[in-house]
Amino acid sequence: MFRASRLGMAGLVIMAAFIAVALLGPLLAPYDPLAFGKAQDVLNAPSAAHLLGTDDMGRDVAAALVAGSRVSLLVGLMSTLISMVVGSLVGILAGYFGRATDTILMRTTDIFLVLPWLPLMLVLAALLGPSVWNIILVIGLTGWAGTARLVRAQTLAIKERQFMERARAIGSSDAHIIAHHLLPNVFPLIFANTILVTAVSILSETTLSFLGMGDSTRPSWGMMLHFAFESGAASTGAYWFILPPGLCVLALVLGFTFMGYAFDEILNPKLRRR
Amino acid sequence: MKRGEFLKKIAQAGLTVLGVLIINFFLFRVMPGDPATMLVRNPKLSPEAVQRITAMFGLDKPLIEQFGMYLRDLATGDMGDSFIFKQPVILIIGERILATLLLALVAELLAIAAGMLIGIFAAWKRGSRLDVISLGFTLVTYSMPTFWLGILLVAFFAGFLHVFPVSGMISPSLVFAGSLAKLGDVLHHLFLPTLTLALVLVGEYALVMRNSMIDVLTEDYIVTARAKGLSEKDILRRHAVPNAMIPMTTIIAMSLGFTITGALQVETVFSWPGLGRLMYEALKGRDYPLLQGIFLITSVCVVAANFIADILYPYIDPRVRA
Repeated sequence: MFRASRLGMAGLVIMAAFIAVALLGPLLAPYDPLAFGKAQDVLNAPSAAHLLGTDDMGRDVAAALVAGSRVSLLVGLMSTLISMVVGSLVGILAGYFGRATDTILMRTTDIFLVLPWLPLMLVLAALLGPSVWNIILVIGLTGWAGTARLVRAQTLAIKERQFMERARAIGSSDAHIIAHHLLPNVFPLIFANTILVTAVSILSETTLSFLGMGDSTRPSWGMMLHFAFESGAASTGAYWFILPPGLCVLALVLGFTFMGYAFDEILNPKLRRR
Repeated sequence: MKRGEFLKKIAQAGLTVLGVLIINFFLFRVMPGDPATMLVRNPKLSPEAVQRITAMFGLDKPLIEQFGMYLRDLATGDMGDSFIFKQPVILIIGERILATLLLALVAELLAIAAGMLIGIFAAWKRGSRLDVISLGFTLVTYSMPTFWLGILLVAFFAGFLHVFPVSGMISPSLVFAGSLAKLGDVLHHLFLPTLTLALVLVGEYALVMRNSMIDVLTEDYIVTARAKGLSEKDILRRHAVPNAMIPMTTIIAMSLGFTITGALQVETVFSWPGLGRLMYEALKGRDYPLLQGIFLITSVCVVAANFIADILYPYIDPRVRA
């Protein structure tokens, strides 16, 4: 069914292309993305030597883009993993045990759901210090609330099904029921959600890095835009410094959004065309 | 609304604010590398200075007592002093908050109006070119970093089209001008930041309105209305749109945090003198008290707006009123 969705396939191709670039990495770009250039190399327009020009420090933009794809994918995927584990755990525990557990967990979730996430992430990132792993932690720990709500709703629906009652009747433990009966049934939903959360996580990383919270030893697309903005590239017309990193973020996030959309339509019968 | 229900909603909003306060408190005192501990650990400090700071933050007292102190200070408006401005945080935020609220409010209203119109037409002419274009537009604006859209607009208007100012809130030459000239100038400066924020918001609203309209248009009462011989326009205006508004209200309330987050980014790019620009400066100077103050204030704004939406909800959805 996924193959039939043109949107989903387009998303898959985009994602595969970025993963290939990230894996091949330095093989594709002949320049060191971190090596500063000489004075005459600063903010050069695209040429044969530098296909996408150079930045405010004389670094090759194309090489930085390739290196940036690694950071964006790493942060996007790892922080999503954290969000998924926390969100699924909270959702399943709240839905399965109900009562006070449910109230406490869901009240907490609601708080995380309505808060403006950017100031919270920035405070956290500033306290922990800028490193790739801290950014992963910060994005992961602030982005789980939507997943928790979704998983809880699905858990409540599955809890009413007969096989759950049967498992309880024969005396299965809670841990066994959750691991063997509940989780397999909630998993498809978690999977579709994972793809959409990854898109948001990549955007978060870009925004944090743009605001100067990035890891300067691992330049990402957001950090390129940070330097572009700080060096006034927007008003001086250095389009090669502004467009490529933003377009990469846009393409990668679109790819994930397309895939998430396609999976949602397959797994969520309500959305199918009437 | 019944009185009990009203009190319950107040209690819920209060609980959320308490949650924010707890998060804020723990960030400052308990996290590894928290500013209070770092101040005390500074080897250059004399023992007396360490003692003074310890007493100031109450670091020698039990946590619960420290939390009580923190709440007492907040109640009197004391959020600490900014490291970089050397002024009370509450004063600095107070100077900037109106600019942010102005930007967020105007953009939000624009986006809601435009989103509803686009959504209604897209649903009414489902599968038409407008429908497809608006869906594509939604996906693209959703997948774009907000600040990047702002940078693109700055580049475009600074490089090619010198119609709108790309930075600040008022022209320096007009600071002492008459209030009417000032108002016009502020609106002129407001245009691009508002456009950026509204563009980012409008896609989601249009999509939600469209889907909600499609849901409503397949309901039995629409068939009934049509059977009664109502004109298409009347069906839309009197039956479909009011019902489709209900999920819209929920989405608008839910995405207020997103709106504030977007406003903070847009401000940074356009040097709009609000909380976002302030946050950028605070980040550069690692000004923790200021950062926390901004987090607290923006959170309280979102909770308050949510509370108002909750109160207004029964007026939009009569089923809740019963």
